[in-house]
Amino acid sequence: MLYSLTTAALVFIMFLTIIRALKGPTVYDRILAVNSFGTLTVAMIAVHGFLADRPEFLDIAMLYALINFIGTIAAVKYVKFNNLGFPTSEEQKDM
Amino acid sequence: MELALEIISWVCLIGGVIFSLIGAIGIIRLPDVYCRMHGGGIIDTLGIGLIFIGLLLQVPDWITGAKLLLILVFIFFTSPATTYALARAAIYGGVEPLQEDDLKKIKKEGVDPSNS
Repeated sequence: MLYSLTTAALVFIMFLTIIRALKGPTVYDRILAVNSFGTLTVAMIAVHGFLADRPEFLDIAMLYALINFIGTIAAVKYVKFNNLGFPTSEEQKDM
Repeated sequence: MELALEIISWVCLIGGVIFSLIGAIGIIRLPDVYCRMHGGGIIDTLGIGLIFIGLLLQVPDWITGAKLLLILVFIFFTSPATTYALARAAIYGGVEPLQEDDLKKIKKEGVDPSNS
């Protein structure tokens, strides 16, 4: 009972963060909202695993947490440098 | 004893959901990127932390608890790193933080900055 309630509430909160991702005036707002969405997804998967009495879902939640971090850092880096590699020395000059 | 554990776990889960809700409202309502990061921080620390502590009190075996702890510690360490990188990119990208004058102007004109 409580687990299903928590899962439903988390899905609702994920919709709230999606509003900011759609509305955000700058690209950083969108990245922040998507990062929060990913974090809430981790919690939702974990709680749903307990709801379905299959805690093996935690492996998927762990994977989501890892991918969420790497993905956010990659998006930030891509927006900042227009590049996923190391910045060249010319780009570093005007930092 | 079991009932007490269950009640504490329920309180933690509901508290985590409430804090996540507060963080999401903050992400929607606050005026600019740097303020909104505060809402994201609430979700990443108190929201997730309380939900996972609530789940930790009801684990069926020790390996599940170990996985929960691993996820908790990972999010606890990566959330500040992400927020820091994002703030640095925003400064580099030319987003000006709100100053006190801007806030006064917003108050006087009554515009809702979260819509902009």
